[in-house]
Amino acid sequence: MLIKREHGFLQRFYLLEILTGCLITMKQWFFGKNITYQYPEQRRQYSPRYRGQHYIKTVNNVENCTACMLCPTVCPADCIHIEAGERADKEKYPVKFEIDILRCCFCGFCEEACPKDAIKLSNIYEMADYERRVYDKDFLLIQRAKK
Amino acid sequence: MMDSLLEWASNNVQLVAMVLKLALVLVVLLHVAPLMAWAERRICSWMQNRTGPNRVGPFGLLQSIADAVKFIFKEDLVPAHVRKWYYLMAPALCVVPAFMTFAVVPFGPMVEVNGVHVALQLSSLNVGFLFITSISSLAVYGIIVASWASNNKYSMLGGLRSTAQMISYELAMGLSLLALIIYFNSVDLMEIAYSQGGPLMIFGHEIPFLPNWAIFKQPLAALIFIIAAFAETNRLPFDLPEGEAEIVAGYHLEYGGMKWSLFFMAEYAHMITASGLVATFFLGGWHAPGAGAALAFIQSHLHFTDQLLYWLTVASQVLAFWIKVVAFMIFFIVIRFTLPRFRYDQLMWLGWKVLVPLALVNIVATAVAIAVAVT
Repeated sequence: MLIKREHGFLQRFYLLEILTGCLITMKQWFFGKNITYQYPEQRRQYSPRYRGQHYIKTVNNVENCTACMLCPTVCPADCIHIEAGERADKEKYPVKFEIDILRCCFCGFCEEACPKDAIKLSNIYEMADYERRVYDKDFLLIQRAKK
Repeated sequence: MMDSLLEWASNNVQLVAMVLKLALVLVVLLHVAPLMAWAERRICSWMQNRTGPNRVGPFGLLQSIADAVKFIFKEDLVPAHVRKWYYLMAPALCVVPAFMTFAVVPFGPMVEVNGVHVALQLSSLNVGFLFITSISSLAVYGIIVASWASNNKYSMLGGLRSTAQMISYELAMGLSLLALIIYFNSVDLMEIAYSQGGPLMIFGHEIPFLPNWAIFKQPLAALIFIIAAFAETNRLPFDLPEGEAEIVAGYHLEYGGMKWSLFFMAEYAHMITASGLVATFFLGGWHAPGAGAALAFIQSHLHFTDQLLYWLTVASQVLAFWIKVVAFMIFFIVIRFTLPRFRYDQLMWLGWKVLVPLALVNIVATAVAIAVAVT
């Protein structure tokens, strides 16, 4: 929409307006506070609810996951692949637990669906890599320590 | 060996002084581009609440060296569709006039060495004013050759815009200087700088606490000259030749690597030349108000020899000139990050309908005032 603004003579004269503009820029120059982060040294603290890289929670070095298949069922991106197996004490456990992180949309449904609090999303947001990785079980188990 | 060298030097003061002056000016002009590139990026980021390049070296000062290394090792690409000879010639055509104008700018007073008078000015042309106006109009050739040789419609548009802009603002620039020349009754830059010493005198009345700078006597000419200087250097708000949003990058669209950075260097050389001209014409040249009194005060306590006092005065004046130049360069940067780019018709309107008539009025007014004052 075209908004017509009425300018007074001093504004149309422009030179004083330039000076006021310069004063504003100078004010930012000398008194403005930096709003940027010096990234590798300073890192932004996200809220605890932030949904970053996944990890699998363990108790006494045994993963909580019972391979109930709820997370691959709920996953809208279809990025979780679990193969179930049986432990010596007849417990069901995931032989393979893979997350194709490139397909993941970080919706957090897996975390919500999990009855055993096994799959969680951490605060880690630096997931850039040199290759197309699929996170395997061993990798997901050790990620909690990095959180 | 040393004695005979000194003796030879004292017999050839002009020659030795010439070499030293050339060294000083060339070092300053060649280093202004990397330093200004750093300063501009830092200052602009501070104005935008950022930090700017601060990784390479202390305060990021070596950033420009890192950039230069990158430029040198980039592929020296010549697109297939360009006129190769003109394409390669254009950056040089752009840089040379940018460096040439500084030859007549005095950065210090006449000094006396072994009874020989040496002007702290590369070339004491007695038509310095004509030299400036003619060389600064040569700068457009580099741009138009670059744009035409690039064989690209955006480059062409940039070159055409630049030509039209330079021609319109050159006129206002020359006319504003004409009033100054009527006032100072000289076209020699050294004389113009000399006649701006002492306290401010207007129609024979002394005005205290203000230096005798031409900006106080010819404020209109100063304003027109400064606006035209912004347009001549293609800096914002007059950077239409390279308006990114409209014509990609204008005349240096097809250039890369060191060839592109030559255009960049030319822009900064134009900036320092324009700053030098503003300092010489309107800000009292190398006159350092207060420096003489301060040095006399220091001398009354420390008791220098007269020789040392003389050289300290000269040094303070040379320093004053460069301080003025640097201050005006920073003004360039502040303006760049304050004002948006003009629209093209606004640019032409400002040039032809405002600045040229104003400059003409200023000339007539100056002439009448001087005629009245003389009779």
